[in-house]
Amino acid sequence: MSNTLLELSGIGKQFGGLSALSEVSLHIRRGEIYGLIGPNGAGKTTLFNVITGLYQLDAGKFNFNGHSYQTAKPHVLAQAGIARTFQNIRLFANLTALENVMTGRHPRTQAGVFGALLRNRRTRDEERASTERARELLRYVGIAKAHQTLAKNLSYGEQRRLEIARALATDPLLLALDEPAAGMNATETESLKALLQDIRSTGVTVMLIEHDVKLIMGLCDRVAVLDYGRKIAEGVPEQVRRDPAVIAAYLGADDE
Amino acid sequence: MSRHSLCGSFCFELLATLLRGFCTVKNFKFTRQHLLFSLMLVAVLLLPFVTDALLGRGWVRIVDFAMLYIMLALGLNIVVGYAGLLDLGYIAFFAVGAYCYALTGSPHLALAFPMLFPDGLHLSFWLVVPLAALLAGGFGVLLGAPTLRLRGDYLAIVTLGFGEIIRIFMNNLNAPVNLTNGPQGISRIDPISVAGVSLNATQDVFGITLPSVHLYFYLFLGFAALVVFVSHRLEKSRIGRAWMAIREDEIAAASMGINTRNLKLLAFAMGAMFGGVSGTLFAGFQGFVSPESFSLMESIMVLCMVVLGGMGNIYGVILGGLLLALLPEILRHSVVPLQQALFGKTLIDPESLRMLLFGTALIVVMLYRPAGLWPSRVRRRELESDETTV
Repeated sequence: MSNTLLELSGIGKQFGGLSALSEVSLHIRRGEIYGLIGPNGAGKTTLFNVITGLYQLDAGKFNFNGHSYQTAKPHVLAQAGIARTFQNIRLFANLTALENVMTGRHPRTQAGVFGALLRNRRTRDEERASTERARELLRYVGIAKAHQTLAKNLSYGEQRRLEIARALATDPLLLALDEPAAGMNATETESLKALLQDIRSTGVTVMLIEHDVKLIMGLCDRVAVLDYGRKIAEGVPEQVRRDPAVIAAYLGADDE
Repeated sequence: MSRHSLCGSFCFELLATLLRGFCTVKNFKFTRQHLLFSLMLVAVLLLPFVTDALLGRGWVRIVDFAMLYIMLALGLNIVVGYAGLLDLGYIAFFAVGAYCYALTGSPHLALAFPMLFPDGLHLSFWLVVPLAALLAGGFGVLLGAPTLRLRGDYLAIVTLGFGEIIRIFMNNLNAPVNLTNGPQGISRIDPISVAGVSLNATQDVFGITLPSVHLYFYLFLGFAALVVFVSHRLEKSRIGRAWMAIREDEIAAASMGINTRNLKLLAFAMGAMFGGVSGTLFAGFQGFVSPESFSLMESIMVLCMVVLGGMGNIYGVILGGLLLALLPEILRHSVVPLQQALFGKTLIDPESLRMLLFGTALIVVMLYRPAGLWPSRVRRRELESDETTV
């Protein structure tokens, strides 16, 4: 098993004449927390959509866990072990928190129509295991009490946590979080940070897009910076923070 | 699995096994819920006799049709209620099933292929049911496949077109080969028989005299129970959850590892199968089918049953089906006499009043109960609070 979990080389994605991503190469090692930052419109979410199969890439190579996924559909990538959350929370609003997480068990369970109709021992065992795992995950992210609440009735912070629980239910190798701390206050961010560190300690690799610099600096092992669809810097947070190209991207360069 | 030994009686055992399918209580106890269910079962079994005695035989026939509508509504509920795919051409699958039995269970094929089937092809109804289910399911996939990327209004338009295409085919496939007999329809369809006993004549069962309409009622009841059972099992399964996830957010569902293409096709196929089976029942019951039974209005009617009753909730859909199937008949029988008594003449034709009331009812429901008369969540909440208090 190689030490590299995700390897992107020369990724390009175009929308009409706009080049949303060009020549983006990066690799994520197993067990690390990898941050993706950059100004608005830099292509961070586009990159997420590429690695979760929502967009098909136009150029480059995409290897995950030793396999190539050039033209894979989202459910194939979820099956392969990439789970994600969304920048603008996308829960199943009219399902309960528990059902939301149970839906995440889909790629790791088997029961088909006949299983559902016969409800044989195997299906019942599987169903029980799914429920059990879902409850455990709700407890893990700290919203066990809300398991029968409809997702739309949860508070904003709870929804963010539920989305993480749902993603974890797919038993991911790589958990991709799109701005998990957006809209959170300092205390909430702090507990999110603890949660993510804990998730990493269970062996799940974490990749996150974030604007909260403090969170990124305190949490990530390595950080990549995107600007106008290109990777302009990569490295440990301290080093990236001092990179002139990064400073220029965020504050604007004054030497031209 | 826990065994219960409350009662040695075989009947009770059978009933309990049936009941267990409907509730998730682990240690079986005869609770108030079960009592209620048993009472309802008895009431439903006695329904044709009560209707016959109080309202006359014609009403039993109306109740039979209501059962067919309930089956249709439950089938559409899988597509619309669970998977969230708006289907305005659902009646097409009903037509496919009905014509399937009309062709294979009547002398009609003798007209089209005199050499091949000199007397027509008289297949057994019980053989046609699975065939019709498969064929309708196939048509479901056929409709689903090109519409996978469509949602909402756009999907509604395509499915509406599909429904009309099927109906127009039925209307025009009398030439060059007379397959469907065009607008005249196919008549003399074999009556359904169960274990060699024809349902088209009065029969004595265990010393009870059962007229034909009663016999059909019990047959339809059996099929409806099967449809309820299948819907219920699917709803509370991995497949059902995946459908609801697609309904709520297709992109998120795909990202959670759900193969949205296959599951949407499965929903179309399952819904279509229910429609096809009810179609065969319809053909056998009527003994006659013609394209005008499968108009767009019928599709809309079935959709109204689902929406009015409560999308995604089996009990709500049954209620909706029952209400909307009976309402026009009640109006037909009450409006004219009422107007005669009040004004001495008929001012409004019951047919136009029916549409007026329909429209009003839909608007009122959408305004005050947007989730339907009996929405799914409320029910579940009730059950849960019951479980915790018991």
